[in-house]
Amino acid sequence: MELNRLTIKEASEKLDKGEITSVELTEACLARIKEVDGKIKACLAVCAEEALAEAKKADERRKNVGAIHGLPLLGIPYLCKMNIMTKGIETNAASKILKGYIAPYDATVIKKLKAAGAVLLGKTNLDEFAHGASTENSAFGPTYNPWDLKRVPGGSSGGSAAGVAADMCIFALGTDTGGSIRQPASFCGVAGLKPTYGRASRFGLIAMTSSTDVPGVIAKTAEDTGLVLSVIAGKDKNDSTTTVADGAPALSDSYSEQREECHGAGAPQPTLKGIKIGLPKEYFIDGIEKGTREAIDNAIEKLKELGAEFTEVSLPHTKYAIPVYYIITPSEISSNLARFDGIKYGLSRRGEAAPRLYDVYAKSRGKGFGPEVKRRIMLGTYALSAGYYDAYYLQAQKVRTKIKEEMDEALKKVDCLLTPSSPHPAFKIGEQSDDPLKMYLEDIFMSGPSLAGLPAISIPCGFDNDLPVGMQLIGGRFDEAILFRVGGSYENATEWNKDKPLL
Amino acid sequence: MVLSEDQIKHIAKLARLELSEAELKKYGSQLSDVLSYVDQLREADVDGVEPTAQVTGLENIFREDAVEEWDGVERMAALDQAPDTEDGQVKVKRVLS
Repeated sequence: MELNRLTIKEASEKLDKGEITSVELTEACLARIKEVDGKIKACLAVCAEEALAEAKKADERRKNVGAIHGLPLLGIPYLCKMNIMTKGIETNAASKILKGYIAPYDATVIKKLKAAGAVLLGKTNLDEFAHGASTENSAFGPTYNPWDLKRVPGGSSGGSAAGVAADMCIFALGTDTGGSIRQPASFCGVAGLKPTYGRASRFGLIAMTSSTDVPGVIAKTAEDTGLVLSVIAGKDKNDSTTTVADGAPALSDSYSEQREECHGAGAPQPTLKGIKIGLPKEYFIDGIEKGTREAIDNAIEKLKELGAEFTEVSLPHTKYAIPVYYIITPSEISSNLARFDGIKYGLSRRGEAAPRLYDVYAKSRGKGFGPEVKRRIMLGTYALSAGYYDAYYLQAQKVRTKIKEEMDEALKKVDCLLTPSSPHPAFKIGEQSDDPLKMYLEDIFMSGPSLAGLPAISIPCGFDNDLPVGMQLIGGRFDEAILFRVGGSYENATEWNKDKPLL
Repeated sequence: MVLSEDQIKHIAKLARLELSEAELKKYGSQLSDVLSYVDQLREADVDGVEPTAQVTGLENIFREDAVEEWDGVERMAALDQAPDTEDGQVKVKRVLS
């Protein structure tokens, strides 16, 4: 049995029964990384020694207490995106400007995973500072899609998605600002969850777009993403946006209830009777590739068989989501990335070539940032500059209000929305890396839920020319539970998540 | 929306980015392309619509205005990342010349 192929649920059952140990599980993942990462390049750092020590600790903890309920991640090995701070282990955001940077503290989500006994295996590749949709913008070279090594894994959490798809880990952490978890999950044939904005703390994430950044999960099943979310979610005094508004459902209440209902002992065959799913017509455009469209249509049929009812909805401001996103995102980036200035940490150009303070800033940044980061900083600087603020930034914020309102409104009438995750499967490396605008359009189905702050998940639902296709489910604010219910039932009724790339 | 070379240079200066001639040229045309694309936002009717800066619906979360003691080891680890320090402070070139 190849232990590294297990899901969280399967692995924790075996750990509870004493059939396997966390050390064995961790060794299997590390062996897999050694075996295949030479060609996939998902990992920028592997911490084998620390991982085995943590695994040993988890095994002892389990021995002392016996089968542990409520600690679903005890002894489970995972990979973490390189833009999430991990104490003592390099966190460089795949940028030259942060090469060698050692975080002095753990991100809140890492702290929570440590407390839950999860085992960190290493850090994964991404587009520099998470700016991109292919992982080609990494300063340390691209990651390759396990399904076809000539293709991109998607991005920006491409290393995390490829790592899960190739069974190098049991799950992985990513971050999603405008699709960075969901799009690579769909390209790599795994499940990718972007939680509601405010559900999990951003403290210790290297900030990109503070108003849409969220930490999230890439795993082998939708159910597994829920298990990890239950650990990383929660209020954090270091991120005041996690202070959930009054009346929002707590994750634990709604989720565990529904899990019991769908998967609990003696539960009837999972059913979606009474669940209403909206199909936003603006997302079912002509530009969707034929094979992708067929896979999505088949998924809709399958969900109908399971009892779900479908209805068409309209989100007329969808066409503005990308333009709004590419004003707001660069604007926030130009501000957030001002901290990389060669003074406090990271690459620094000093000495005779930089006689003035200004020169230290400009030379360090000019040398340390890659092309896409520079483009976004300049775009944002322009959009926020005197005389252009109203025309770009303020206008984008107003249209953002419309996008948010109409999605909230639609989700009052249906339980969730279903869309393709991407109009096409993974594209070839180099195919569109020289055309920034074309790359921005990759987020076409992803940026709406990000701007609205809604939870969304991408789940594998078939193949287009032997490449994985993902469907996206979008839930109401703080209603991740509906995603796990619909996604989980679909997974139970299909086998897509059991297909593995041949490596 | 086409940006002139002077405009690109001005933006780069505001952004504290030293760019090569080749970069100035390349980014100039790419930024112009993106700006032309986002210009479609102008046609959206947003009369009387409030701008959205964040989506939580939360307002003003306060905390005590008190000094919090940070772990000494973590503090030193953070300072160790700076290229130049003196007496436990990050050192910079003079700001006023």
